[in-house]
Amino acid sequence: MIAMQSGSPSMFGTAGPAAHEIAVLGWVLTIISLAVLLVVSLILLAALFRQRAARAEQPDGVVIRPNGSITLIVWGGIVIPAIILVCALLFILFVQSAVATPPTPPVATIRIVGHRWWWQVIYTANAPDQQVVTANEIHVPVGQPVRLELASADVIHSFWVPKLAGKTDVIPGQQNTMWMQADKPGVYWGECAEYCGLQHTHMNLLVVAQSPADFRHWLDQQRQPAAPPTDPVTATGERVFARSACAACHTVGGTTAMGQIGPDLTHVASRRTLAAGTLPNTPGNLAGWIANAQGIKPGNDMPTMTLPPGDLQVLVAWLETLQ
Amino acid sequence: MAIVARPYDLPISPQDRRAPGRLGMMLLIATEASFFVYLLFSYFYLASMARGSWPPDGNPALRLSLPNTIILIVSSGTMWWAEAGIKKGQQMRLRIGLLVTLVLGMLFLALQGLEYSNQKFTPATHAYGSLFFTITGFHGAHVAAGLLMNIFVQARAWAGHFTATRHLALSNVALYWHFVDVVWIVVFLSLYISPRLG
Amino acid sequence: MAITTAPTAPVEKLERLWETAPGLYGVLATVDHKTIGKRYIVTALVFFLLGGIEAAFMRTQLIHSNVHLLGAEEYDQIFTMHGVTMLFLFASPILSGFSNYLWPLMIGARDMAFPRVNALSYWTFLLSGVFLYTSFLIGQAPDGGWFAYVPMTGRTYSPGLNLDFYALGLIFITISTTVGAVNFVVTFFKMRAPGMSLNRVPIIMWGTLSASVAIVFALPALSVACVMLYFDRRFGMHFFDAAEGGHPLLWQHLFWMFGHPWVYIIVLPAIGLASDMIPTFARRPLAGYTFVALSTITTAILGFGVWVHHMFATGLPMLATTFFSAASMMIAIPSGVSIFAWIATIWHGKPVFRTPFLFLIGFIVLFVIGGVSGMMTAAVPFDWQLTDNYFIVAHIHYVLIGINVFPVFAALYYWLPKMTGRMLSERYGRWVFWLMFIGANLAFFPMHISGMLGMPRRVYTYQPGLGWDTINLITSIGAYVFALGVLLFLVDFFRSLAVGPEAGDNPWDAPTLEWSVSSPPPPYNFAVIPTVRSRHPLWEGRLGEEYHTIVGTGPILDRGRETFGTSALDSDAYEILQMPEDSLWPLILAAMMTVMFYGLLFGVWWLAVLGLVLMIFSLAGWCWPRSLHADEMELLSGEE
Repeated sequence: MIAMQSGSPSMFGTAGPAAHEIAVLGWVLTIISLAVLLVVSLILLAALFRQRAARAEQPDGVVIRPNGSITLIVWGGIVIPAIILVCALLFILFVQSAVATPPTPPVATIRIVGHRWWWQVIYTANAPDQQVVTANEIHVPVGQPVRLELASADVIHSFWVPKLAGKTDVIPGQQNTMWMQADKPGVYWGECAEYCGLQHTHMNLLVVAQSPADFRHWLDQQRQPAAPPTDPVTATGERVFARSACAACHTVGGTTAMGQIGPDLTHVASRRTLAAGTLPNTPGNLAGWIANAQGIKPGNDMPTMTLPPGDLQVLVAWLETLQ
Repeated sequence: MAIVARPYDLPISPQDRRAPGRLGMMLLIATEASFFVYLLFSYFYLASMARGSWPPDGNPALRLSLPNTIILIVSSGTMWWAEAGIKKGQQMRLRIGLLVTLVLGMLFLALQGLEYSNQKFTPATHAYGSLFFTITGFHGAHVAAGLLMNIFVQARAWAGHFTATRHLALSNVALYWHFVDVVWIVVFLSLYISPRLG
Repeated sequence: MAITTAPTAPVEKLERLWETAPGLYGVLATVDHKTIGKRYIVTALVFFLLGGIEAAFMRTQLIHSNVHLLGAEEYDQIFTMHGVTMLFLFASPILSGFSNYLWPLMIGARDMAFPRVNALSYWTFLLSGVFLYTSFLIGQAPDGGWFAYVPMTGRTYSPGLNLDFYALGLIFITISTTVGAVNFVVTFFKMRAPGMSLNRVPIIMWGTLSASVAIVFALPALSVACVMLYFDRRFGMHFFDAAEGGHPLLWQHLFWMFGHPWVYIIVLPAIGLASDMIPTFARRPLAGYTFVALSTITTAILGFGVWVHHMFATGLPMLATTFFSAASMMIAIPSGVSIFAWIATIWHGKPVFRTPFLFLIGFIVLFVIGGVSGMMTAAVPFDWQLTDNYFIVAHIHYVLIGINVFPVFAALYYWLPKMTGRMLSERYGRWVFWLMFIGANLAFFPMHISGMLGMPRRVYTYQPGLGWDTINLITSIGAYVFALGVLLFLVDFFRSLAVGPEAGDNPWDAPTLEWSVSSPPPPYNFAVIPTVRSRHPLWEGRLGEEYHTIVGTGPILDRGRETFGTSALDSDAYEILQMPEDSLWPLILAAMMTVMFYGLLFGVWWLAVLGLVLMIFSLAGWCWPRSLHADEMELLSGEE
């Protein structure tokens, strides 16, 4: 399962400095909260069940109002909460400043564009042939921060990789930026965290943290256009792609396909998932997705493609060469 | 427990400033005023986020709006004059004052309609257009409501319902009309004057 | 002023003056606050059940990963309507219902300040709910979530009628809420019995007053937002359209400038109800009365200054988020004051564990849990992890169920006997309480954890292997347990109407004025208007108070439908107010409003205009006086 690749996307057990600082704050606030709950509950229980002097004349009568009730209210309701809240606030401000900027300057700027319902990932560069365009998978070098520029192609989404950082909304007409850093190699689950329509739940992504050397190697590989097919099967597959309207939506570098509506497929076979984290990327799943996209992710922009028999296999074979 | 009754001798529903209906009208005005506050918040918020020039088609003209502002202020004056009249029991002054106020209000709406037809943009052209027409349009709707209220109390005035001490409905309508005037002044300053202030 | 004593007040005359006309006319035209209050409560409970059915569907869908009981679109409509129903059609109206019923009885008055406006607020509530639910009949219920963020809810991405139902339906209900609020504020300041100075009013009145003032200033933000949404969708305007100078965040600012005060509006009256019930079961007056009254007012005011905490993840500058984070932390203090006031009342009292009190204890516990989870989300960087996932869903349900539903159920057990004359069952009541308390905690406490494990909200299903399955199973079971409790309450309610023991005037030995009249009260509430001397009129003797409220002797005010108009601070009577008779105008006006809204919904402009024109004529008919005052008659007859 995809999730097994990354484990539960818990906000604790963090893997990056931003999430770590926030998790410390989180634990502190959680402990304070539980302590408050415990103390107030104990006081309430004491109030309910404490021994009281018997009042023989009126067992269920009305109690004469004694003094002393203000102490509990003033201390419990005003003084102690104010002290706790002010201390908490100072700690919060400290953490907020701490996570505002990365520990070292970012080594890459990645533009993330949220679509309904997938994530476009663009590694920006000065020269156009250095740019990398992929989808639903972000690679980062371990121990080095990257800067993310978040934009939306349609509605409001929210970019969230719980183990690495807090979420930031992706808002049309506004560019939000955040930084992200992974300190341990691994694969981290990300998701859309703002209800954006029918398939909001199937708009996930993976962040792959690799050693800086592996990251550079990956980047170089992603910069290459698709290699021309080397055998008749895959060559046929490429022709199926070209004539089946796939190119209307998808781009494959090095071919004539330059569609901008769907994800860039130049290196689709190198990705771990399909359909924004919905399926593991296997040939069977890829075939299943092409043949039944609307059944797997109803309402998304990929139509269910009914291809002549035989075409699907060669198409998938060719797509599998797009590493 | 025997219930023992005591007769009580107090005025019955005096229509003075402490009447419940008066407070009710003030609260209605408070909520309507808030409505305009949120509209104007929206105006200034989008103005602050504007990338190009604001307003995008240049400042809105004062040619009709300034005289219109004066007309509305005068109409508050005539409404005040009408109410002051009935406080002294002067029925004709009340009726004439209401009538003149009505005419001035209708003139305001007519001039506003003229200004609308001269505008280079529509509500669907850009956000500024949406704001301009919605804000002035809702104000115009409140003017129209005030005019309908005017007709209503005029009918009662011509039927002789009001006296020097009993004219709460009229006072409430007058208060509403002054409110509508104040809203216009704020809208005018926000939409027509503030873009001109650097 | 002569004071004469008569042996018995002629209540037959009062009865004739105040009772509702018989037959269908009476049903449609009544302005009796007690009837209107009961209608509000019943209607709101029906919506509560509908919202609960929606929740049951949701929890069944989410009981396990990849369940496909519902498709994505169906689920989206159901979760949206669950939120809209609970927050607009249940949470506020049920409190309006209790306030409507109780206020005049608690303040020694014969009705609310504006009885016909009261009827209007009920009819528009009912019709706006019907309007919203007719969307299900054509399969186009709102599906953008209860806060409907643009651009998704604009016409490009939501081309159907779903969001038009939403925008217009909410505008419709704001009319109901606003006119109701105006009624409460004026009643508070004008209609209290002689002697009921500000420091003697029951806390429910402070709670509803604070909420009502907040409504006056906050609801217009929602109206503006919904008008703009409707205009963008219907007429192609660009308020929220970034490409043409609009901005999606404008919607969020406007919505939350309404939305945050709204969540206080739906709990402050409930806090008032709880503050008035706890003393009865602690057998002593409320400790820190002034503290509690002030904290409801403070909360309502501060509630206007925290809305941005719903927008911490939108990329706002740090200065802004810091301010709102601090304000959101500080608003916890008035809540803390109230909680310790209740605990102090219990501590220095002698608890009696009847069913309402069980719900009130549950209320305090759930309030604390909801409050601390709110404090956690007030921390901006932590909120970046917690918002928009099931942690927030846990928080909102703890505060809503804890601070609204539990006091409401306590109030039902406590005041239904006054309304119906029959007690509910203690035995059933305990079962209802424990099922609801355990069910609520089982359902919502685990959500804190599933949120922290990364489960986002508003998802129609989720993938296996993410560690969310078991928690969702527990949550769904908890939800069913809670639902069982609610159903058991319904059984008990109907049972009690048939065979419940008679309640008598004051089954709880409570201190406030409503318990001095019969159960159910007569149509005129009080045969003679009381003169109040303390906060707890019926306990004065036992508390050794020096001055005693006068309840049996007083002005009868039976020359028509009459009650006192009193001064704002000290409640000295200075006038006699004449109250209106039954009237059909409120219903007619509400019906014409409905016609207008359907016209706007379907774009049938002549229908909308017709509805508006008929509304104007209805208002004119309503406002034209039925009979003139003596002075005015004299003037007319003296005219040429």
